[in-house]
Amino acid sequence: MMWSKKHILDMESLSVEEITAILDTADGLKEISQRTIKKVPTLRGKTVVLFFHEPSTRTRVSFDIAAKRLSADAISISASSSSLVKGETLVDTARNLEAMKPDVIVIRHSSAGTPFLLSQKVSTPIINAGDGMHAHPSQALLDMMTVREVKGRLNGLRLAIVGDISHSRVARSNIIGFSKMGAEVRLAAPPTMMPTGIESFGVTVTYDFDEAIDGADVIMMLRIQKERQRNFLFPTEREYSRRYGLTLERLKKAQPDVTIMHPGPLNRGVEISPDAADSVGSAILDQVTNGVALRMALLYLVAGGMRNADDH
Amino acid sequence: MRMIIKGGHVVDPGRIDAVADILIENGRIADIKFPGKENSASNSPSSIDSCADLEKQVDRVINAKGLYVVPGLIDMHVHLRDPGQEYKETIETGIQAAAAGGFTAVCCMPNTRPVNDNRQTTEYIINTAKRLQSVKVYPVAAISRDSKGLELSEFGELFDAGAVAVSDDGLPVSDAQLMRRALEYAKGVGILVISHCEEPSLSHGVMNEGLTATRLGLAGIPNAAESVMVMRDIALSELTASPVHVAHVSTRESVRAIREAKGRGVLVTAETAPHYFTLTDEAVGFYNTNAKMNPPLRSVEDREAIIEGLADGTIDVIATDHAPHSVLEKDLEFDAAANGIIGLETALPLGLRLMEERGLSFELLIRKMSKNPAKILGISNDITVGAAVDFTLIDPARIHTYRVEDGFSKSRNSPFDGWEFKGAAICTVIDGRVVFES
Repeated sequence: MMWSKKHILDMESLSVEEITAILDTADGLKEISQRTIKKVPTLRGKTVVLFFHEPSTRTRVSFDIAAKRLSADAISISASSSSLVKGETLVDTARNLEAMKPDVIVIRHSSAGTPFLLSQKVSTPIINAGDGMHAHPSQALLDMMTVREVKGRLNGLRLAIVGDISHSRVARSNIIGFSKMGAEVRLAAPPTMMPTGIESFGVTVTYDFDEAIDGADVIMMLRIQKERQRNFLFPTEREYSRRYGLTLERLKKAQPDVTIMHPGPLNRGVEISPDAADSVGSAILDQVTNGVALRMALLYLVAGGMRNADDH
Repeated sequence: MRMIIKGGHVVDPGRIDAVADILIENGRIADIKFPGKENSASNSPSSIDSCADLEKQVDRVINAKGLYVVPGLIDMHVHLRDPGQEYKETIETGIQAAAAGGFTAVCCMPNTRPVNDNRQTTEYIINTAKRLQSVKVYPVAAISRDSKGLELSEFGELFDAGAVAVSDDGLPVSDAQLMRRALEYAKGVGILVISHCEEPSLSHGVMNEGLTATRLGLAGIPNAAESVMVMRDIALSELTASPVHVAHVSTRESVRAIREAKGRGVLVTAETAPHYFTLTDEAVGFYNTNAKMNPPLRSVEDREAIIEGLADGTIDVIATDHAPHSVLEKDLEFDAAANGIIGLETALPLGLRLMEERGLSFELLIRKMSKNPAKILGISNDITVGAAVDFTLIDPARIHTYRVEDGFSKSRNSPFDGWEFKGAAICTVIDGRVVFES
């Protein structure tokens, strides 16, 4: 297909065909990272701004490496190093960045909807690298890429997502993405971590971990943010771990070839026991590896790599 | 200055519902004549014996044929931003917007800079408004000093300076003891307490808690954040036998609690705003900051309960919560954007729209927008000979499109831009003078 989507803002706005095209492209680009010289000239002369308004290591580095492997020039800006600390509004900062003619702006922001706001204000393609509790499309897409790689398909798979669904953009994007691709999604969390109305996304909701992972092909564990304890979401890590932590013992409920995923960073011993995290079915590091390929695919598609390739 | 408002359909709920000519002299009603009836309402020699003769003697004849003539609309809840945030609104632009919306009086909330917790600020507001000789401005002063919720402001001094009520609007009085004392003390002064009902520990969100918030990944504010405080204030009103007026009711639970309390004779009154009976949280769409306000837009069930509350008398008043903000506060990330929308120029059209859609009477609307606020504030606005009454003339048939850029308010933060309406205020008469007409 010819790529026509300008921005990557969330999973809702991507069609099944577009998701498939992204995953196929990422599969094709993955090989570049296995070469001795891990660089192709595809995006040579293109500029990618990595505008990270919220702390991030994994996602920022992943986008940075992805850009560099495609020969794009990547520039990182963080909240503390930008004019935002001098009182400039986000929209002004983005307009200033745009005036320097970048080809893509990748944005991470703590406020939901910020990438959408920027897409209304600037004409540069925007890739959402995570906005508040709203969306994290590149994470969901790399998760889908990883599952498709291991299982050969997404359609008909049983996916269990366990943890703080309420505060998780990863969960929201995966719920929408996997459902769209025909997977059956089950959620498990204490009621304090289950957002209002989530059933209407077409998922099954339970407070019982074992019920959620019963027969699951894929289990996705979400990071427990310790600061949430202050908001009375759970009593203690000890109690949380006992009721919602993934252990080898619990894994027996799932399919024998279950794939275990986690968006990172891990709280070993809280939401996942060390032996479960390192077990045969764990795809946690594959997710990270695939993250680079997937982000290469996103940059390639929105920065017009396809059109470039046609030109040559 | 003499004026005749001629041939209009005069509606003074519970009192007059008939075509009449009203003669106004020096700001007071000199005579009311009902055409086709023998007697005018007054027996004084200056009564309207022959319209034709009289019309030659007055300064102005307003032909009100086909129009409603009602006691001037009163908005109990506006933010004029003056002093301190004049880039958003001034007393002058705010009352221009009010007059254009058919309001003849507004109550302005104390969250100015400085907070209106002192005589100087109250007097500044009153004097500025008086100088403009237009819409009457009744200041609402702060319940607590600097609206910090720590100590009472000087109700007596503020009342003497002209404040009609006290409220920490925008912020709740979270200390129940302070609220208890405010209600008790206010009773002695004779000043009304208006409560912004919000339990702060429950309201760490930016929109209504519900499916839309879940979809957008925005933190939600549950209905209970409002209703627990409404229930507390009802209990405190009951305890102190002091009246409390609940501002901007947005939830079905609050409506239910107020209805039940009124049934028991608790001295509680309540208002809602046009956006709560018109919109739901779906209006947030894709992070539309012009649909961000506090309390937030709620669910369909809440909107229906609000309408029911208006119809059955649980909710006494429609007030706008006119909250001007500039692009500096609104053209931002949703989380960072300020709460509130302007409403003075859309309130009446939205009210008329509701009445038409739900088969409610025009008279009911005038109760909510004029008579009940007057009663709660202790203002007399009966249309009767000898009274100094302001008037709003309403054309119920006028089709118009609201264009926010054509508005009188300094700010543009309205979710109703481009809405088409039937019915509008076309003339506003204050102290016997026309201050707005279109």
